[in-house]
Amino acid sequence: MAQASYPDDLLYHAEHDWARIEDDHATLGITWYAQDALGEVVFFDPPTVGTILTKDASYTEVESVKAVSDVVAPLSGEIVEVNDALGENPATINEDPYGDGWLVKVRLSDPSERDALMDAATYKATLAG
Amino acid sequence: MSSEPSTLRRTALFDRHVAAGAKMVDFASWEMPVQYHGVREEHMAVRGACGIFDVSHMGEIETSGPQALELLQRLLSNDVSKLPVCGAQYSVLCREDGGVLDDLFTYRLDVERYLTVTNASNHVQDLDWFRKHADGLADVTVEDQIGSWTMLAVQGPLAREIVQAISDSPLPERMTIGTRRLGGIETLVCGTGYTGEDGVELLCKPDDAVELWDDLVRRGAVPAGLGARDTLRLEVCFHLYGNDLSLERGPIEAGLGWCCKEDTQFIGAQAVRAVRDSGPSEKLIAFALDGPGIARQGNPIAGGGEVTSGTLSPCLEVGIGMAYVPSAKAVTGTRLDIDVRGKMRSAVVKDKPLYRKGS
Repeated sequence: MAQASYPDDLLYHAEHDWARIEDDHATLGITWYAQDALGEVVFFDPPTVGTILTKDASYTEVESVKAVSDVVAPLSGEIVEVNDALGENPATINEDPYGDGWLVKVRLSDPSERDALMDAATYKATLAG
Repeated sequence: MSSEPSTLRRTALFDRHVAAGAKMVDFASWEMPVQYHGVREEHMAVRGACGIFDVSHMGEIETSGPQALELLQRLLSNDVSKLPVCGAQYSVLCREDGGVLDDLFTYRLDVERYLTVTNASNHVQDLDWFRKHADGLADVTVEDQIGSWTMLAVQGPLAREIVQAISDSPLPERMTIGTRRLGGIETLVCGTGYTGEDGVELLCKPDDAVELWDDLVRRGAVPAGLGARDTLRLEVCFHLYGNDLSLERGPIEAGLGWCCKEDTQFIGAQAVRAVRDSGPSEKLIAFALDGPGIARQGNPIAGGGEVTSGTLSPCLEVGIGMAYVPSAKAVTGTRLDIDVRGKMRSAVVKDKPLYRKGS
Protein backbone atom coordinates (compact mmCIF):
# COMPACT_ATOMS: atom_id res chain seq x y z
CA MET A 1 0.00 0.00 0.00
CA ALA A 2 1.83 3.07 -1.24
CA GLN A 3 -0.42 5.75 0.26
CA ALA A 4 -0.81 6.44 3.96
CA SER A 5 -4.18 5.28 5.24
CA TYR A 6 -5.83 5.06 8.68
CA PRO A 7 -9.29 3.46 8.54
CA ASP A 8 -11.98 5.08 10.68
CA ASP A 9 -13.33 1.79 12.04
CA LEU A 10 -10.10 1.02 13.96
CA LEU A 11 -8.66 2.23 17.25
CA TYR A 12 -5.00 3.21 17.49
CA HIS A 13 -2.18 3.03 20.02
CA ALA A 14 0.66 5.57 20.18
CA GLU A 15 3.20 2.82 19.42
CA HIS A 16 1.66 2.55 15.94
CA ASP A 17 -0.62 -0.44 16.45
CA TRP A 18 -4.27 -0.79 15.54
CA ALA A 19 -7.13 -2.80 17.04
CA ARG A 20 -10.41 -3.86 15.40
CA ILE A 21 -12.73 -4.58 18.33
CA GLU A 22 -15.74 -6.87 18.06
CA ASP A 23 -17.42 -7.40 21.46
CA ASP A 24 -14.78 -8.90 23.76
CA HIS A 25 -12.44 -9.88 20.93
CA ALA A 26 -9.98 -7.79 18.92
CA THR A 27 -7.81 -8.22 15.85
CA LEU A 28 -4.41 -6.48 16.13
CA GLY A 29 -1.85 -5.25 13.65
CA ILE A 30 0.62 -2.47 12.93
CA THR A 31 -0.29 0.79 11.21
CA TRP A 32 0.63 2.09 7.79
CA TYR A 33 3.09 4.46 9.48
CA ALA A 34 4.81 1.59 11.32
CA GLN A 35 5.24 -0.61 8.26
CA ASP A 36 6.49 2.36 6.21
CA ALA A 37 9.06 3.31 8.86
CA LEU A 38 10.23 -0.29 9.07
CA GLY A 39 10.52 -0.90 5.33
CA GLU A 40 9.91 -4.27 3.70
CA VAL A 41 9.07 -6.83 6.37
CA VAL A 42 11.15 -9.96 5.74
CA PHE A 43 10.48 -11.98 8.85
CA PHE A 44 7.61 -12.51 11.27
CA ASP A 45 7.64 -15.35 13.74
CA PRO A 46 4.04 -15.50 15.01
CA PRO A 47 3.62 -15.78 18.78
CA THR A 48 1.79 -18.86 20.08
CA VAL A 49 -1.91 -19.14 20.74
CA GLY A 50 -2.49 -18.76 24.48
CA THR A 51 0.14 -16.06 24.95
CA ILE A 52 -1.04 -13.41 27.40
CA LEU A 53 -0.80 -9.83 26.20
CA THR A 54 -0.39 -6.89 28.53
CA LYS A 55 -1.43 -3.48 27.25
CA ASP A 56 1.58 -1.30 26.36
CA ALA A 57 4.04 -4.23 26.53
CA SER A 58 5.77 -5.87 23.57
CA TYR A 59 4.23 -9.20 22.51
CA THR A 60 6.03 -10.00 19.26
CA GLU A 61 8.54 -8.68 16.72
CA VAL A 62 8.54 -7.83 13.05
CA GLU A 63 11.81 -7.62 11.15
CA SER A 64 12.95 -5.74 8.10
CA VAL A 65 16.29 -6.37 6.42
CA LYS A 66 17.83 -3.68 8.59
CA ALA A 67 16.10 -3.89 11.94
CA VAL A 68 13.98 -5.71 14.48
CA SER A 69 10.95 -3.85 15.76
CA ASP A 70 8.93 -4.70 18.86
CA VAL A 71 5.17 -4.81 18.47
CA VAL A 72 3.33 -3.37 21.46
CA ALA A 73 -0.06 -4.66 22.61
CA PRO A 74 -2.72 -1.95 22.40
CA LEU A 75 -4.98 -3.99 24.70
CA SER A 76 -4.62 -6.80 27.24
CA GLY A 77 -5.87 -10.31 26.61
CA GLU A 78 -5.06 -13.81 25.44
CA ILE A 79 -4.12 -14.74 21.88
CA VAL A 80 -6.78 -17.02 20.37
CA GLU A 81 -5.55 -17.01 16.76
CA VAL A 82 -2.37 -16.01 14.93
CA ASN A 83 -1.86 -15.14 11.27
CA ASP A 84 0.28 -18.10 10.29
CA ALA A 85 0.24 -17.06 6.62
CA LEU A 86 2.65 -14.25 7.47
CA GLY A 87 5.37 -16.79 8.23
CA GLU A 88 5.54 -17.51 4.49
CA ASN A 89 4.63 -14.03 3.25
CA PRO A 90 5.68 -11.43 5.82
CA ALA A 91 5.56 -8.64 3.20
CA THR A 92 1.75 -8.89 3.42
CA ILE A 93 2.18 -6.66 6.49
CA ASN A 94 3.40 -3.93 4.10
CA GLU A 95 0.94 -4.62 1.33
CA ASP A 96 -2.23 -4.86 3.40
CA PRO A 97 -1.52 -3.78 6.98
CA TYR A 98 -5.20 -3.56 7.99
CA GLY A 99 -6.43 -6.60 6.06
CA ASP A 100 -4.44 -9.76 5.32
CA GLY A 101 -1.52 -8.29 7.26
CA TRP A 102 -3.26 -8.67 10.65
CA LEU A 103 -1.01 -10.25 13.30
CA VAL A 104 -3.14 -11.84 16.04
CA LYS A 105 -6.67 -12.12 17.42
CA VAL A 106 -7.14 -11.83 21.16
CA ARG A 107 -9.84 -12.38 23.77
CA LEU A 108 -9.79 -9.16 25.75
CA SER A 109 -9.34 -9.35 29.51
CA ASP A 110 -10.47 -5.76 30.08
CA PRO A 111 -12.54 -4.36 27.21
CA SER A 112 -12.70 -0.98 28.97
CA GLU A 113 -9.04 -0.44 28.05
CA ARG A 114 -10.31 0.61 24.64
CA ASP A 115 -11.14 3.99 26.15
CA ALA A 116 -7.41 4.76 26.30
CA LEU A 117 -6.95 4.24 22.54
CA MET A 118 -7.18 6.91 19.85
CA ASP A 119 -9.58 7.22 16.96
CA ALA A 120 -8.14 7.62 13.45
CA ALA A 121 -8.27 11.44 13.43
CA THR A 122 -6.46 11.72 16.78
CA TYR A 123 -3.82 9.19 15.77
CA LYS A 124 -3.23 10.95 12.44
CA ALA A 125 -2.76 14.23 14.32
CA THR A 126 0.05 12.66 16.39
CA LEU A 127 1.86 11.75 13.18
CA ALA A 128 1.63 15.27 11.78
CA GLY A 129 3.57 16.71 14.75
CA MET B 1 7.13 13.31 9.22
CA SER B 2 8.68 16.02 11.36
CA SER B 3 11.07 18.53 9.88
CA GLU B 4 12.96 19.99 12.83
CA PRO B 5 16.21 21.70 11.87
CA SER B 6 18.94 19.16 11.38
CA THR B 7 22.44 19.38 12.82
CA LEU B 8 23.50 16.43 10.71
CA ARG B 9 25.91 16.90 7.83
CA ARG B 10 24.52 16.59 4.33
CA THR B 11 26.30 15.52 1.17
CA ALA B 12 26.17 17.46 -2.11
CA LEU B 13 23.49 14.99 -3.25
CA PHE B 14 21.08 15.44 -0.34
CA ASP B 15 18.36 17.09 -2.47
CA ARG B 16 18.65 14.33 -5.07
CA HIS B 17 18.07 11.66 -2.42
CA VAL B 18 15.02 13.42 -1.00
CA ALA B 19 13.58 13.99 -4.47
CA ALA B 20 14.04 10.29 -5.24
CA GLY B 21 11.98 9.41 -2.16
CA ALA B 22 14.84 8.15 -0.01
CA LYS B 23 14.40 7.42 3.68
CA MET B 24 17.14 9.52 5.29
CA VAL B 25 18.83 8.36 8.50
CA ASP B 26 21.55 9.53 10.84
CA PHE B 27 24.71 7.62 9.99
CA ALA B 28 27.84 8.71 11.89
CA SER B 29 26.47 12.28 12.05
CA TRP B 30 25.62 12.34 8.34
CA GLU B 31 22.09 12.40 6.99
CA MET B 32 22.28 9.55 4.50
CA PRO B 33 19.81 7.56 2.35
CA VAL B 34 19.24 4.13 3.91
CA GLN B 35 16.93 3.11 1.06
CA TYR B 36 14.94 4.55 -1.85
CA HIS B 37 12.30 1.99 -2.82
CA GLY B 38 13.44 -1.06 -0.89
CA VAL B 39 16.65 -2.69 0.28
CA ARG B 40 15.99 -5.94 -1.57
CA GLU B 41 15.17 -4.24 -4.87
CA GLU B 42 18.34 -2.10 -4.68
CA HIS B 43 20.43 -5.10 -3.65
CA MET B 44 19.24 -7.11 -6.66
CA ALA B 45 19.83 -4.14 -8.99
CA VAL B 46 23.51 -4.17 -7.97
CA ARG B 47 23.82 -7.96 -8.36
CA GLY B 48 22.01 -8.00 -11.68
CA ALA B 49 22.79 -4.69 -13.39
CA CYS B 50 24.14 -1.51 -11.80
CA GLY B 51 23.59 0.47 -8.61
CA ILE B 52 24.91 3.87 -7.61
CA PHE B 53 25.64 4.81 -3.98
CA ASP B 54 26.44 8.19 -2.47
CA VAL B 55 29.27 7.37 -0.05
CA SER B 56 30.44 10.93 0.49
CA HIS B 57 30.21 10.43 4.25
CA MET B 58 33.46 8.50 3.97
CA GLY B 59 36.49 10.65 4.72
CA GLU B 60 39.69 11.29 2.85
CA ILE B 61 43.14 12.05 4.21
CA GLU B 62 45.88 13.15 1.83
CA THR B 63 49.45 12.39 2.89
CA SER B 64 52.18 14.01 0.80
CA GLY B 65 55.84 14.91 0.77
CA PRO B 66 59.19 13.12 0.77
CA GLN B 67 58.37 11.34 4.06
CA ALA B 68 54.80 10.37 3.13
CA LEU B 69 55.79 6.75 2.54
CA GLU B 70 57.69 6.61 5.82
CA LEU B 71 54.64 7.86 7.75
CA LEU B 72 52.16 5.56 6.02
CA GLN B 73 54.44 2.57 6.44
CA ARG B 74 54.45 3.26 10.17
CA LEU B 75 50.66 3.67 10.37
CA LEU B 76 49.20 1.19 7.88
CA SER B 77 49.46 -2.57 8.33
CA ASN B 78 50.16 -3.37 4.68
CA ASP B 79 53.51 -2.89 2.91
CA VAL B 80 52.97 0.57 1.47
CA SER B 81 56.32 0.41 -0.36
CA LYS B 82 54.68 -2.19 -2.63
CA LEU B 83 51.94 0.23 -3.64
CA PRO B 84 52.70 1.54 -7.16
CA VAL B 85 51.66 4.97 -8.45
CA CYS B 86 47.99 4.67 -9.50
CA GLY B 87 47.60 1.58 -7.32
CA ALA B 88 45.10 0.83 -4.53
CA GLN B 89 45.84 -1.03 -1.31
CA TYR B 90 43.74 -2.20 1.64
CA SER B 91 45.08 -2.12 5.18
CA VAL B 92 44.11 -1.70 8.80
CA LEU B 93 45.19 1.00 11.22
CA CYS B 94 46.23 -0.52 14.53
CA ARG B 95 47.01 0.70 18.02
CA GLU B 96 50.17 -0.54 19.73
CA ASP B 97 48.15 -3.40 21.27
CA GLY B 98 46.92 -4.52 17.85
CA GLY B 99 43.34 -3.27 18.36
CA VAL B 100 41.90 -2.01 15.07
CA LEU B 101 41.29 1.75 14.81
CA ASP B 102 39.97 1.57 11.24
CA ASP B 103 40.17 -0.28 7.96
CA LEU B 104 41.18 1.77 4.96
CA PHE B 105 41.84 1.92 1.25
CA THR B 106 44.87 3.95 0.23
CA TYR B 107 45.35 5.20 -3.33
CA ARG B 108 48.76 6.36 -4.54
CA LEU B 109 47.98 9.50 -6.54
CA ASP B 110 51.57 10.34 -7.38
CA VAL B 111 55.12 9.45 -6.31
CA GLU B 112 54.84 11.36 -3.04
CA ARG B 113 51.06 11.76 -2.78
CA TYR B 114 48.62 9.28 -1.21
CA LEU B 115 44.88 9.48 -0.55
CA THR B 116 43.48 7.32 2.26
CA VAL B 117 39.73 6.73 2.54
CA THR B 118 38.40 6.50 6.10
CA ASN B 119 35.15 5.29 7.63
CA ALA B 120 32.80 8.16 8.48
CA SER B 121 32.64 7.29 12.16
CA ASN B 122 36.44 7.14 12.48
CA HIS B 123 37.53 10.02 10.26
CA VAL B 124 38.29 12.60 12.96
CA GLN B 125 40.08 10.09 15.15
CA ASP B 126 42.09 8.74 12.17
CA LEU B 127 43.09 12.25 11.20
CA ASP B 128 44.32 12.94 14.76
CA TRP B 129 46.25 9.68 14.69
CA PHE B 130 47.89 10.56 11.35
CA ARG B 131 48.79 14.06 12.56
CA LYS B 132 50.12 12.89 15.92
CA HIS B 133 52.53 10.52 14.20
CA ALA B 134 53.46 13.04 11.51
CA ASP B 135 54.62 15.45 14.20
CA GLY B 136 58.13 14.03 14.47
CA LEU B 137 58.62 14.04 10.69
CA ALA B 138 59.84 17.20 8.97
CA ASP B 139 58.83 16.49 5.40
CA VAL B 140 55.29 15.22 5.37
CA THR B 141 51.93 16.98 5.10
CA VAL B 142 48.69 15.45 6.36
CA GLU B 143 45.59 17.12 4.99
CA ASP B 144 41.91 16.60 5.81
CA GLN B 145 40.12 16.36 2.47
CA ILE B 146 36.67 15.24 3.57
CA GLY B 147 35.16 18.47 2.27
CA SER B 148 37.01 18.32 -1.04
CA TRP B 149 35.41 15.21 -2.44
CA THR B 150 32.06 13.68 -3.23
CA MET B 151 32.40 9.91 -3.43
CA LEU B 152 30.11 7.70 -5.49
CA ALA B 153 30.24 3.94 -5.80
CA VAL B 154 28.95 2.57 -9.11
CA GLN B 155 28.71 -1.19 -8.75
CA GLY B 156 27.34 -4.18 -10.61
CA PRO B 157 27.92 -6.20 -13.78
CA LEU B 158 26.92 -3.22 -15.98
CA ALA B 159 28.72 -0.56 -13.90
CA ARG B 160 31.86 -0.32 -16.00
CA GLU B 161 29.89 -0.16 -19.23
CA ILE B 162 27.73 2.69 -17.91
CA VAL B 163 30.69 4.71 -16.62
CA GLN B 164 32.85 3.89 -19.66
CA ALA B 165 30.21 5.38 -21.96
CA ILE B 166 30.88 8.88 -20.59
CA SER B 167 34.64 8.51 -20.01
CA ASP B 168 37.30 10.19 -22.16
CA SER B 169 39.54 7.10 -21.98
CA PRO B 170 39.47 3.47 -20.82
CA LEU B 171 38.66 3.04 -17.11
CA PRO B 172 41.34 1.88 -14.67
CA GLU B 173 41.45 -1.87 -14.04
CA ARG B 174 40.58 -3.45 -10.70
CA MET B 175 42.75 -2.18 -7.82
CA THR B 176 44.12 0.70 -9.89
CA ILE B 177 43.12 4.36 -10.16
CA GLY B 178 43.29 7.18 -12.67
CA THR B 179 41.93 10.63 -13.41
CA ARG B 180 39.31 10.65 -16.17
CA ARG B 181 36.85 13.14 -17.56
CA LEU B 182 33.35 11.71 -17.16
CA GLY B 183 30.98 13.75 -19.28
CA GLY B 184 33.56 16.51 -18.99
CA ILE B 185 33.82 16.29 -15.18
CA GLU B 186 37.27 15.64 -13.79
CA THR B 187 36.96 12.50 -11.66
CA LEU B 188 39.32 10.21 -9.82
CA VAL B 189 38.17 6.75 -10.92
CA CYS B 190 39.11 3.86 -8.61
CA GLY B 191 38.69 0.20 -9.49
CA THR B 192 37.46 -0.69 -6.03
CA GLY B 193 34.17 -1.40 -4.29
CA TYR B 194 32.35 -2.93 -1.35
CA THR B 195 29.72 -5.12 -2.95
CA GLY B 196 31.52 -8.14 -4.43
CA GLU B 197 30.57 -6.91 -7.91
CA ASP B 198 32.76 -5.34 -10.54
CA GLY B 199 32.56 -1.57 -10.67
CA VAL B 200 34.26 1.67 -9.77
CA GLU B 201 34.33 4.27 -7.04
CA LEU B 202 34.34 7.87 -8.22
CA LEU B 203 35.71 10.95 -6.46
CA CYS B 204 34.71 14.32 -7.87
CA LYS B 205 34.32 17.89 -6.62
CA PRO B 206 31.11 18.40 -4.62
CA ASP B 207 30.04 21.12 -7.10
CA ASP B 208 30.09 18.58 -9.93
CA ALA B 209 28.39 15.79 -8.02
CA VAL B 210 24.77 16.42 -9.01
CA GLU B 211 25.60 16.55 -12.72
CA LEU B 212 27.62 13.32 -12.55
CA TRP B 213 24.96 11.55 -10.45
CA ASP B 214 22.15 12.59 -12.80
CA ASP B 215 24.10 11.48 -15.86
CA LEU B 216 24.82 8.02 -14.42
CA VAL B 217 21.25 7.57 -13.16
CA ARG B 218 19.90 8.57 -16.59
CA ARG B 219 22.13 5.89 -18.10
CA GLY B 220 20.66 3.19 -15.91
CA ALA B 221 22.50 3.22 -12.58
CA VAL B 222 19.87 2.56 -9.89
CA PRO B 223 20.19 4.69 -6.71
CA ALA B 224 20.93 2.34 -3.80
CA GLY B 225 21.13 3.19 -0.11
CA LEU B 226 23.19 2.20 2.87
CA GLY B 227 20.78 -0.66 3.61
CA ALA B 228 21.66 -2.44 0.36
CA ARG B 229 25.32 -1.53 0.80
CA ASP B 230 25.26 -3.47 4.08
CA THR B 231 23.48 -6.56 2.75
CA LEU B 232 25.75 -6.64 -0.32
CA ARG B 233 28.98 -6.43 1.66
CA LEU B 234 27.79 -9.01 4.18
CA GLU B 235 26.94 -11.57 1.49
CA VAL B 236 30.57 -11.37 0.35
CA CYS B 237 31.93 -11.11 3.92
CA PHE B 238 33.56 -7.70 3.73
CA HIS B 239 34.21 -6.26 7.18
CA LEU B 240 32.25 -3.33 8.57
CA TYR B 241 34.09 -1.24 11.16
CA GLY B 242 32.12 -1.00 14.39
CA ASN B 243 30.58 -4.42 13.71
CA ASP B 244 33.23 -6.90 12.63
CA LEU B 245 36.24 -4.75 13.45
CA SER B 246 36.90 -2.91 16.69
CA LEU B 247 39.56 -1.98 19.21
CA GLU B 248 38.68 -5.12 21.19
CA ARG B 249 40.03 -7.51 18.59
CA GLY B 250 43.01 -7.58 16.26
CA PRO B 251 43.33 -8.13 12.50
CA ILE B 252 44.40 -11.78 12.84
CA GLU B 253 41.20 -12.62 14.73
CA ALA B 254 39.29 -10.76 11.98
CA GLY B 255 40.89 -12.83 9.21
CA LEU B 256 42.84 -9.83 7.92
CA GLY B 257 46.31 -11.29 8.43
CA TRP B 258 46.77 -11.10 4.65
CA CYS B 259 47.01 -7.29 4.79
CA CYS B 260 49.37 -7.20 7.78
CA LYS B 261 53.09 -7.16 6.96
CA GLU B 262 54.74 -7.16 10.38
CA ASP B 263 58.23 -6.80 8.89
CA THR B 264 57.38 -3.20 8.03
CA GLN B 265 57.18 -2.53 11.80
CA PHE B 266 53.87 -0.69 11.61
CA ILE B 267 52.36 0.41 14.90
CA GLY B 268 50.89 -2.73 16.43
CA ALA B 269 53.10 -5.11 14.41
CA GLN B 270 54.55 -6.77 17.52
CA ALA B 271 51.12 -7.49 18.97
CA VAL B 272 49.86 -8.74 15.61
CA ARG B 273 52.89 -11.01 15.19
CA ALA B 274 52.40 -12.47 18.67
CA VAL B 275 48.79 -13.42 17.86
CA ARG B 276 49.77 -14.77 14.45
CA ASP B 277 52.51 -16.95 16.02
CA SER B 278 50.48 -18.30 18.93
CA GLY B 279 47.18 -18.52 17.03
CA PRO B 280 44.14 -16.41 17.89
CA SER B 281 41.74 -17.61 20.60
CA GLU B 282 38.79 -16.42 18.51
CA LYS B 283 38.18 -16.08 14.78
CA LEU B 284 35.66 -14.23 12.67
CA ILE B 285 33.55 -16.74 10.77
CA ALA B 286 30.65 -16.52 8.33
CA PHE B 287 27.45 -18.41 9.08
CA ALA B 288 24.01 -19.13 7.67
CA LEU B 289 20.94 -20.14 9.66
CA ASP B 290 19.35 -23.53 8.95
CA GLY B 291 15.80 -22.40 9.46
CA PRO B 292 13.80 -19.20 9.74
CA GLY B 293 15.02 -16.19 11.66
CA ILE B 294 17.61 -13.46 11.43
CA ALA B 295 20.55 -13.25 13.83
CA ARG B 296 21.69 -9.70 14.59
CA GLN B 297 24.76 -7.89 15.91
CA GLY B 298 25.31 -8.69 19.59
CA ASN B 299 23.44 -12.02 19.65
CA PRO B 300 25.46 -14.42 21.86
CA ILE B 301 26.53 -17.86 20.69
CA ALA B 302 26.21 -20.89 22.98
CA GLY B 303 29.67 -21.92 24.17
CA GLY B 304 31.17 -18.49 23.57
CA GLY B 305 31.37 -15.82 20.93
CA GLU B 306 28.95 -13.34 19.45
CA VAL B 307 27.39 -12.24 16.19
CA THR B 308 28.95 -9.03 14.86
CA SER B 309 26.82 -8.63 11.69
CA GLY B 310 23.58 -10.29 10.73
CA THR B 311 20.85 -9.80 8.17
CA LEU B 312 18.56 -11.62 5.79
CA SER B 313 20.47 -12.36 2.58
CA PRO B 314 18.42 -11.15 -0.39
CA CYS B 315 20.25 -13.55 -2.75
CA LEU B 316 20.38 -16.63 -0.52
CA GLU B 317 17.05 -15.91 1.22
CA VAL B 318 18.29 -17.08 4.62
CA GLY B 319 19.62 -15.36 7.69
CA ILE B 320 23.37 -14.86 7.32
CA GLY B 321 26.08 -13.12 9.26
CA MET B 322 29.54 -13.04 10.71
CA ALA B 323 30.53 -13.88 14.27
CA TYR B 324 33.57 -14.26 16.47
CA VAL B 325 33.73 -17.81 17.84
CA PRO B 326 36.38 -19.78 19.76
CA SER B 327 38.97 -20.97 17.22
CA ALA B 328 38.05 -24.64 17.75
CA LYS B 329 34.60 -23.86 16.34
CA ALA B 330 35.88 -21.77 13.45
CA VAL B 331 35.71 -24.69 11.05
CA THR B 332 33.39 -24.90 8.03
CA GLY B 333 30.42 -27.13 8.79
CA THR B 334 30.49 -26.57 12.57
CA ARG B 335 27.04 -26.14 14.10
CA LEU B 336 26.36 -23.01 16.16
CA ASP B 337 23.42 -22.26 18.42
CA ILE B 338 22.71 -18.54 18.37
CA ASP B 339 20.59 -16.89 21.04
CA VAL B 340 18.36 -14.60 18.96
CA ARG B 341 16.55 -12.53 21.59
CA GLY B 342 15.76 -15.56 23.72
CA LYS B 343 15.15 -18.08 20.92
CA MET B 344 17.93 -20.53 20.14
CA ARG B 345 18.48 -20.68 16.38
CA SER B 346 20.69 -23.21 14.67
CA ALA B 347 23.37 -22.04 12.22
CA VAL B 348 26.29 -23.55 10.33
CA VAL B 349 29.78 -22.13 9.81
CA LYS B 350 30.20 -21.46 6.07
CA ASP B 351 33.09 -20.75 3.71
CA LYS B 352 33.66 -17.10 2.85
CA PRO B 353 32.27 -15.49 0.82
CA LEU B 354 28.72 -16.59 1.58
CA TYR B 355 27.57 -15.50 -1.88
CA ARG B 356 29.43 -16.21 -5.11
CA LYS B 357 28.50 -15.03 -8.57
CA GLY B 358 26.42 -17.69 -10.28
CA SER B 359 25.81 -19.68 -7.09
